Amino acid sequence: MARISASVYTSHVPAIGAALDLGKTHEPYWQPLFKGYEFSKHWMNEHKPDVIFLVYNDHATAFSLEMIPTFAIGCAAEFQPADEGWGPRPVPKVIGHPELASHIAQSVIQDDFDLTIVNRMDVDHGLTVPLSLMCGQPQAWPCPVIPFAVNVVQYPVPSGRRCLALGRAIRKAIESYDAPLNVQIWGTGGMSHQLQGPRAGLINKEFDNAFLDRLIADPEGQAAVPHIDYVREAGSEGIELVMWLIARGAMSDRPPRVVHRFYHVPASNTAVGHLILENT
Amino acid sequence: MSLDKPYLDVPGTTIFDAEQSRKGYWLNQFCMSLMKAENRARFKAGERAYLDEWPMSEEQKQAVLARDLNRCIGLGGNIYFLAKIGATDGKSFQQMAGSMTGMTEEEYREMMIKGGRSAQGNRRVGEDGDAQAHRQPQGRAGRGAGG
Repeated sequence: MARISASVYTSHVPAIGAALDLGKTHEPYWQPLFKGYEFSKHWMNEHKPDVIFLVYNDHATAFSLEMIPTFAIGCAAEFQPADEGWGPRPVPKVIGHPELASHIAQSVIQDDFDLTIVNRMDVDHGLTVPLSLMCGQPQAWPCPVIPFAVNVVQYPVPSGRRCLALGRAIRKAIESYDAPLNVQIWGTGGMSHQLQGPRAGLINKEFDNAFLDRLIADPEGQAAVPHIDYVREAGSEGIELVMWLIARGAMSDRPPRVVHRFYHVPASNTAVGHLILENT
Repeated sequence: MSLDKPYLDVPGTTIFDAEQSRKGYWLNQFCMSLMKAENRARFKAGERAYLDEWPMSEEQKQAVLARDLNRCIGLGGNIYFLAKIGATDGKSFQQMAGSMTGMTEEEYREMMIKGGRSAQGNRRVGEDGDAQAHRQPQGRAGRGAGG
């Protein structure tokens, strides 16, 4: 049977992708940030999964206002890096895992989560920046990836409680897949940031670090935090953090092993948070 | 019964909800069209003519022409869509976000390097933080433009 071995959490700021693609990682502005991911790249090399289930959000790239799925699972054989207006990032195409993705879709929908099944979709920085941070700049990504897009652009976004429960349903789905696959689940986005209005640039280190503490030790408690608290405390775009609860919900009920934790301000407009949790 | 909108008293912030999305539908779909290189070229060659192809309000068109992102957001724009205008202009997310505060690019970048804007005084309308209406514009760019 397939199993989830670990979860990875990281911000997915587009400027990080640009810094990597333009060879700016050694500039003083970016150095401390990329240093925080050195351990992660080694860890990734030593713990290469068979599949990554990657929770992220689309930023008006694959989904315009024509269609706004709350939860969309990518079931295609491959996904191209999108042109977000600056040209596509020079990164490998993303190879999917249609068999496992379809299996998860069927199982999770039967558990009452109304997923949208997507068979054609380009993937934006929300998905490719975490891959770059964890895998560096390879010719091909180390394994197949199942993209799982969550609507956090148009309010209302799914609640923390629903995200945590969805993660549990995804765990059940993966554990019922009849092949011995080692699966990692990644939750991306956040941490505190606001990209709009006179309040743009908001950062809240206390909130972010309390979020990390609770995500590790008390995910149930963190899942009860309402949307408005994220907006007030972590900025209008800080709400992306609910996606981390999907990955956390997919982890075992036993306390996880914290193998890496990193926090840095700023990357462009955003606070960067990063965690690696292993199932014990 | 009316909808519960607990986010209306956050200063300097517009939550992109169903109502804003309805108002801004064509504005945002116009932005989306700029994902294609040939549309970016056509827009740059004649902004007004390109905008006139879209059933947007005159106010929305003026806000785009003026690159006034705060007005665009007030009229239903969403930052992830508006970012396509920025990309067409060769602007980064940081330049776009900063432009909404009245700060110069340098002032805004400096604020971020120092740890960003504090939530203190900026959680609710009526407090005294730097994002509150009575403290706008915040920087030299805004004062220069507004007198």
